[in-house]
Amino acid sequence: MEEHLKPLGEKTLPEKLFLLRFKVDKDNHLILNKDVCWECDERVCLFICPSEVYRWDEGRKEVIVSYEGCLECGSCRIACKEGAIDWRNPRGGFGVSYKFG
Amino acid sequence: MTEKFDCIIIGAGPSGVATAYNLVNAGLNVVIFERGETPGSKNMFGGILYSTILNRLIPEFWKEAPVERHITRKRYSLLSKDSEIAFDLNFNAFNKPPYNNSFTVLRAKFDKWFAKKAEDAGALIITEAVVDDFITDDGKIQGVKVRMEEGAVYGDVVVCAEGANSLLAEKAGMKKKPDPGIMIMGVKEIISLPEEIINDRFCLEDGQGCAFEFFGEALGGVTGSGFIYTNKDTLSVGIGCPIAVLRNNRLKPNELIEGFKRHPSVHNLLRGGKIEEFSAHMIPEGGYNVMPELTKDGLILVGDCAGLLNPSLYKEGTNMAMASGVFAAETIIEAREKGDFSKAALNSYVKRLKESFVFKDLKRYKDVPEILHSLPGLFKEYPEGIIELLQGYFTISEKSKDENRKEIMRTFKDKVSLWKFLIDMYKTRRFFR
Ligand SMILES: Cc1cc2nc3c(=O)[nH]c(=O)nc-3n(C[C@H](O)[C@H](O)[C@H](O)COP(=O)(O)OP(=O)(O)OC[C@H]3O[C@@H](n4cnc5c(N)ncnc54)[C@H](O)[C@@H]3O)c2cc1C
Ligand code: SF4
Ligand code: SF4
Repeated sequence: MEEHLKPLGEKTLPEKLFLLRFKVDKDNHLILNKDVCWECDERVCLFICPSEVYRWDEGRKEVIVSYEGCLECGSCRIACKEGAIDWRNPRGGFGVSYKFG
Repeated sequence: MTEKFDCIIIGAGPSGVATAYNLVNAGLNVVIFERGETPGSKNMFGGILYSTILNRLIPEFWKEAPVERHITRKRYSLLSKDSEIAFDLNFNAFNKPPYNNSFTVLRAKFDKWFAKKAEDAGALIITEAVVDDFITDDGKIQGVKVRMEEGAVYGDVVVCAEGANSLLAEKAGMKKKPDPGIMIMGVKEIISLPEEIINDRFCLEDGQGCAFEFFGEALGGVTGSGFIYTNKDTLSVGIGCPIAVLRNNRLKPNELIEGFKRHPSVHNLLRGGKIEEFSAHMIPEGGYNVMPELTKDGLILVGDCAGLLNPSLYKEGTNMAMASGVFAAETIIEAREKGDFSKAALNSYVKRLKESFVFKDLKRYKDVPEILHSLPGLFKEYPEGIIELLQGYFTISEKSKDENRKEIMRTFKDKVSLWKFLIDMYKTRRFFR
């Protein structure tokens, strides 16, 4: 098949994130109030995030934040009704940088 | 920084840079703090820059700015699960300057260019600098705290142009944390294709571009829409879905965009492409009904953090952002002559907005988001019903045409309550008028 007629190749989310340039800071910019999260029954953060930064750790019984892959869209802060996310901008120049945007 | 500025601007997006450009041209001493590596590196949007204001600031900017294509073709389509009906418009008149003031751009390139124009005109732009808070004295904003050593910076007036994720505007007490019902999550992919293939596939000549908007079941039946815009040798492919809808339906944004790309009508437009970038950003769609305080002593809000975005079919945000920047600059120049930066003095900014297309359009379309929320049928039941109706109408069979028509009307009525349909359609008139 000619190149331009081939179906668009699928990419998994990690593959998509791999295309991006992240300058990772040593400090997390998404601090959770774990006590509130413990009580939370909705846990919207686990699915609302486009880059799936939040995961539930069954062993530790808590929400794990992989802030390194955050796209800084701010949606989790809006979606979390409990206000458990202390959302700060990453340090200047750190975080995601888009090439196209 | 011990120097005191005439104006401090937070954020080098379209609203902040438009403010700065106008202020430095009037001889003011202006600094912009931008948290990204470069202006634009943190920014994403769908893709159409509306440029009436920009064309006034920098006449014929398209000759030098990194624009991708000018929009001559628009297509609005209604999707059911696997079919499509569309309304396709081609305007030859948009092929000449000012190109209907609609250009696709990529923000990492465009914002950088626009910021450089302000810099060349005399603005100081400091990148990799996050503003964390304001410096307030006696209720008046005196400056900002930048996350760096000796980060207190003072100015006569501060313009907050931080965009949709309005942390600082909330900190200053201008607005509350936005409701998830009025914040749209936008997710987009950049998909590369050779320029000639894009021209061929979308029936375009060099430089011409198109904007395809997809409604109905673009997101598998929930409220929201999809889009494909043509850049020079890439496509901007994305979706928008209210955060409240994602939350209530426990949906994952990445799965929504994957589902959109799998729709046969979309899938075929993306053949041969290669995914180059994945991005996400919020769109504030509360508009007029949730307008924040726009001024206080020593502070003006512009652009997305002020909620200045037209939530209708036009999705005009860039133009309103730049317009608000121009009005903020005019207001500041006036306030400076009087030496008064109090809320009362800065309120002529609000007056300027009210007299312009910005407030008039925001007011006109103020109920669009709410109407959309109240009509879930628009995103599943109706597109399915309408498409099935048309499909039946165009199906060739040996039934008599009369018999056929009766039968398809019957199936349509089974699916869709006709009265409810008509009433709902009447409610949507605001989107188009
Ligand atoms: C998916 C999507 C599709 C869209 N489609 C269109 C469209 O087709 N046409 C259109 O006209 N509009 C569209 N918009 C809207 C448009 O992008 C916005 O209205 C416009 O960008 C607003 O400009 P702004 O300057 O107010 O904010 P932004 O462009 O967001 O700029 C804000 C800037 O401030 C910086 N910043 C933020 N906080 C800080 C801080 N604390 N310190 C330092 N810097 C900071 C950011 O890094 C950024 O550079 C779309 C938006 C999205 C998300
Ligand atoms: S961040 Fe918010 S949504 Fe997620 S678990 Fe904590 S409280 Fe719940
Ligand atoms: S800001 Fe956006 S990308 Fe980052 S964690 Fe929150 S939802 Fe995910």
